[in-house]
Amino acid sequence: MTEHIIDIKHLSKSFSGKKVLEDINLYVRRGEFVTLLGPSGCGKTTMLRMIAGFLDPDEGEITLEGAPLVGVPPHKRPLNTVFQRYALFPHLDVYDNIAFGLKLAKVPSEEIDKRVRKVLKLVSMSDYEDRDVDTLSGGQQQRIAIARAIVNRPKVLLLDEPLAALDLKMRKDMQIELKEMHRKLGITFIYVTHDQEEALTLSDTVVVMNEGRIQQIGTPMDIYNEPVNAFVADFIGESNILKGRMMRDRRVAFIKHEFDCVDEGFGEDVPVDVVVRPEDIYFTTDPAKCQFKAKVNSCTFKGVHYEMFVDTDTGYELMIQDYDPYPVGSEVMLYIDPDDIQVMKKERRANVYEGEVTGDGKVEFLGAEFECNTEGFASGDKVRVTIRFEKVDLLDHEDEAVTTGHVEFILYMGNHYHLTIRTKSGEKIWVDTNDIWDKNDFVGINILPEDIRLEKLEEDGQKV
Amino acid sequence: MGKRSSWALPYAIFLVLFVAVPLLLIVLYSFQDASGHFTFANMAKFFTDRDALSTFALSIEVAIENTALCILIGYPVAYILADKSLNRSAVTVVLFILPMWVNALMRTLATAELFTMAGIPLGKGTLLFGMCYDYLPFMIYPIYTTLAKMDRSYADAAADLGASPFTVFRKVTLPLSMPGIASGVLMVFMPTVSTFAISEFLTNNKIKLFGTIIQENINNSMWNYGAALSLIMLIIIGLTSFLGKKEDVEAAGGAV
Repeated sequence: MTEHIIDIKHLSKSFSGKKVLEDINLYVRRGEFVTLLGPSGCGKTTMLRMIAGFLDPDEGEITLEGAPLVGVPPHKRPLNTVFQRYALFPHLDVYDNIAFGLKLAKVPSEEIDKRVRKVLKLVSMSDYEDRDVDTLSGGQQQRIAIARAIVNRPKVLLLDEPLAALDLKMRKDMQIELKEMHRKLGITFIYVTHDQEEALTLSDTVVVMNEGRIQQIGTPMDIYNEPVNAFVADFIGESNILKGRMMRDRRVAFIKHEFDCVDEGFGEDVPVDVVVRPEDIYFTTDPAKCQFKAKVNSCTFKGVHYEMFVDTDTGYELMIQDYDPYPVGSEVMLYIDPDDIQVMKKERRANVYEGEVTGDGKVEFLGAEFECNTEGFASGDKVRVTIRFEKVDLLDHEDEAVTTGHVEFILYMGNHYHLTIRTKSGEKIWVDTNDIWDKNDFVGINILPEDIRLEKLEEDGQKV
Repeated sequence: MGKRSSWALPYAIFLVLFVAVPLLLIVLYSFQDASGHFTFANMAKFFTDRDALSTFALSIEVAIENTALCILIGYPVAYILADKSLNRSAVTVVLFILPMWVNALMRTLATAELFTMAGIPLGKGTLLFGMCYDYLPFMIYPIYTTLAKMDRSYADAAADLGASPFTVFRKVTLPLSMPGIASGVLMVFMPTVSTFAISEFLTNNKIKLFGTIIQENINNSMWNYGAALSLIMLIIIGLTSFLGKKEDVEAAGGAV
């Protein structure tokens, strides 16, 4: 096992009361290429800025080679950053931009000269040293920004979405060059991106983040093949995410069929989530191999493969990628290898809140007052409120809605959508629905009185 | 097309009547004697008149001092206003700009009254105070705008490369805010050279500035000499604004 260069323990940060990072634990090995991957607002840039020293954590510690970093100002940290929009100094030319750090470190001028030339050669920008930075293209500025950082031989190079502003072709080229540079220099890279393909291409280790928490840490292969939850499965690559039920060890049911799988230890008859990658569903003409039948619904050419949507004989929609097209409307026979079925523990089975009975037939939770059956409860009772996902009604207007929210995350589960709604009160409610909503849609939330289940809680919050 | 260009006609007439003609008159008067004959006597008079020359020198000196004072006070103020961790409200910015909404003459008169009330003798100190008070907002605002627009990541990048907060300021923030300083200098230096009201009220005419002499000459119907002095001042102002523009370009262009 290689030595850790950076250790992050119990890192937390809030901005004006909103938690952006919550109890982050992570280590980075010397020479490793680590990518922090997640959608915008997941806290990845905040984490990078804390390692660089531009932000202080509320709690937790960061150590570099065992020495604490928190409290050390950024100019005293032996780390360098490549900024998202490069941040090259417009009043200095290419040479002076790159030499900036070396001059401050009082490196003798002959050596500065030598190192600047060497690093310019490394980023294929020799002969550009006298150019003004604003005469350079985006890709060239990017190279200079990288050169300006690595010329100081940092212990760790931090890269904040460095390729986000480049066009696709340029981005692909730079990815290869970055990987090459990492190999040549042997410096530890911590890379922030929201582009999953970039993360899978470049990294030794990918750290998938969402809503201020680490979802999964692993090699690109691990992350792709064995996502630990529906978020990771959905965020990395294409996937069919489905509700399932673990019948027993190595046997799982989903899309109303039973399949052999390789997962164990979930227990018997336990609800789970199942992920099957679209390239892992195979067509067959052999009835003995066929596990289920389906009808091809659409077929689109995607360059290397065809992307098809099929309706199974049990009413689920699945995405399949295959090198050969099957005509729309045709009946096909399909099978899935046990190896390719990824079973995940269900994160939650129902919406659960703590609430309070506020009167006869009224209970308060989610910052609003809902009507429900309060028989056997007195006003002021603390209760645990449970609502099943499919029992939450979403309306496209505020009238008659008890509270409101907006759609934060959408997951297609083969025959319905599983939505995450952020309510007005800042809490979350999960909803199963057949209606089509868009991300950030404003919704009114209603729950029928008979769908709200109450259980009494003691004063200290314990269930009776 | 012909029709559209005719819309500019009122503006052109205005320009000719109130800008071009007066300017031409100043030039014409400068090179005429009282009876209207062509002469260099007015110009010659200025360059041989010890009093006029020393007043001129004093005016430039006061203007330079005032500009320097405005930079010294205005830059830190602009810096604090533009720093979001120190100032979160746009209202504070307005408060600093607010004095500009009140007529400068009124502010000067009021300042003079304050000094008299406090028993402070009027002189160069009070003159500089008044000038600085009058022109400070013109220095603060352009510097504030440049600093507020400046990408925070430049300072971050400098710190990241090993610059202490002071070095960040010296090597990055200050050079990048030069365009703001340059336009501040223009907006403060030019009007201070030609001002006469402030020196009149705040020194009780003890200190005469170049503007004062022009005003006196014209008040005493010495139109030709007054015009010659005005012309000289115009040239000075023209020169500073030309130099200022060049500096502006350099600072923005990045060759400093």
